[in-house]
Amino acid sequence: MAAAGVGGQPEGEAVITRGLTKRYGSRLALDGLDLQVGYGEVFGFLGPNGAGKTTFVKLLLGLGRPSAGTGQLLGRPLGDRSARSKVGYLPELFRYQGWLRAQEVLTLHCQLAGLPPAGFPDEVGRSLELVGLAGRGEDLVSTFSKGMQQRLGLAVALLGAPRLVVLDEPTSALDPVGRHDVRELIRRLRQEGVTVFLNSHLLSEVELVCDRVAVVDRGRVLAQGALTDLLSGEGPRVRCRDLPGDALPGLGALRRDGDWVSVPGLDRSRTPELVAAIVAAGGRVYQVDEGRASLEERFLQLLERA
Amino acid sequence: MSWRPLGVIAGLTARELLRRRLVHALLLLTALVLALTGWGFSRIPHLHLGGELLTPQLARLAAAQLLLLVMFMFSFVVGLTAAFLAAPAVAGELESGIALAVLARPISRAEFLVGRWLGLALPLLAYVVLSASVEFWLVAVGTGYAPPNPVGAEAALAGQGLVLLTLTLALSTRLSAMTSGVVAVVVFGAMWVAGVAGAFGSAFHNTAISAVGTVSHLLVPSDGLWRAAVYEIQPKLFASASLSRVGSPFSATSGATPAYLVFAAAWVLLVLAAAVLSLDRREV
Repeated sequence: MAAAGVGGQPEGEAVITRGLTKRYGSRLALDGLDLQVGYGEVFGFLGPNGAGKTTFVKLLLGLGRPSAGTGQLLGRPLGDRSARSKVGYLPELFRYQGWLRAQEVLTLHCQLAGLPPAGFPDEVGRSLELVGLAGRGEDLVSTFSKGMQQRLGLAVALLGAPRLVVLDEPTSALDPVGRHDVRELIRRLRQEGVTVFLNSHLLSEVELVCDRVAVVDRGRVLAQGALTDLLSGEGPRVRCRDLPGDALPGLGALRRDGDWVSVPGLDRSRTPELVAAIVAAGGRVYQVDEGRASLEERFLQLLERA
Repeated sequence: MSWRPLGVIAGLTARELLRRRLVHALLLLTALVLALTGWGFSRIPHLHLGGELLTPQLARLAAAQLLLLVMFMFSFVVGLTAAFLAAPAVAGELESGIALAVLARPISRAEFLVGRWLGLALPLLAYVVLSASVEFWLVAVGTGYAPPNPVGAEAALAGQGLVLLTLTLALSTRLSAMTSGVVAVVVFGAMWVAGVAGAFGSAFHNTAISAVGTVSHLLVPSDGLWRAAVYEIQPKLFASASLSRVGSPFSATSGATPAYLVFAAAWVLLVLAAAVLSLDRREV
């Protein structure tokens, strides 16, 4: 399906929020959230349950109103109608009219999105094919399994060449094959220049497809940046014994944590130098950690610190 | 407000109605009731009183009484149908999450809600006009009795349906589908009882009880419109007959004034506007 459609990326950010805050009575769901997502990026929005991820998505799409703060979606104020016409959205709580056939649901969304009526059949056929539901367009949605309904939701989100696709837990009901298909779909969207906002707590999934991520907890951004930067951690460290002194020549001061030693600020590329310097100083090396944490480790680390 | 999304939602709502079993059952039962009452009315001129056939005048009077009873049942069905169709139309979509995907599209809450309202109101109006017209025609053919103002009666009955429909839709922007439906039906019943009480109050010149009816007709004009329909269905002589003076719900001493009809229309529009505002301000 022609899920993308933008040639050159426009100036600015696809999503930008400043101090976005949402209160439900005395409970603070979003606490002054600042976020930026560039055009054409696959952006992962991570956080534990109740972190405020879905609330944030709803504010972006005008499904709720912020208590404070501002933001823009595709260069327009949050909730703006013209911006929403270029956004595809798969909600976390996906349900579609069970009494409609799959192709009727898609036609309905073509109408709501204001697409040209002449293109409806092609658009519907392509989107069904893209999500692996070709040949099921005549089936009633009520006969679909949860996984198939999620695939249908993806097809709905991809209608009409959106410039931004917001996927809220897009694989929660899918089997491993389905998850693989969604990853491929996201990569394809990236190739086509579509911005993808992936809201997920499946860290391995995010690690495989995202360019940049933000980690949120209790409505606040704990960290945000390129995935490679976020995972680079705090540099290499070495587990060793019998290493004398507090510094290594040419590298700098040592930081010790039990048997583990590291040099603050040292780049991962200099790991061999660090090992060589320790050995040269008389240290006996047992283990080397390059400092690249898995997303899960980094995620847990950030939550613990928070 | 843009017409395109409004039309899409109205069309979707009307299509949904046509596929719902509740509507299939309603249409089937209505056809059955029309057939049975048509047969029953056609038997009235053949009834005997004191060993002799009813005179045409008596047959028409009997038909008018029975027609009021049938139309009372019909108005009850219209009220309940309006409430039960409208209750899930917004609340159900919000509860299930269907509304999330729809409202994220370039459509305003007002377009969504008014589209829902139109998609329910137009089929309801068609149902009232069609079934009441058939009933009136069957009575006229079978007994010779024709309501003095059938169009007025149908308009009042349709208005009563719209009042319930709009009220339920407004409630369902904040309450669950089940609660909205139940509250609307209770309000419908309470207004009817208050209308009967008011009529008794008027008959016995009790100002306080009479005011209950007046207030109920202003709070929710469902019973006020039912009484307007009664007035347009009953023979003119009923209005002055002693029957109407004891507060019967099946007779009315006067029709609705133009001012009351304008008030009822304004009431529907105001409640619809309140529903839009309520939906617009809530989180989805």
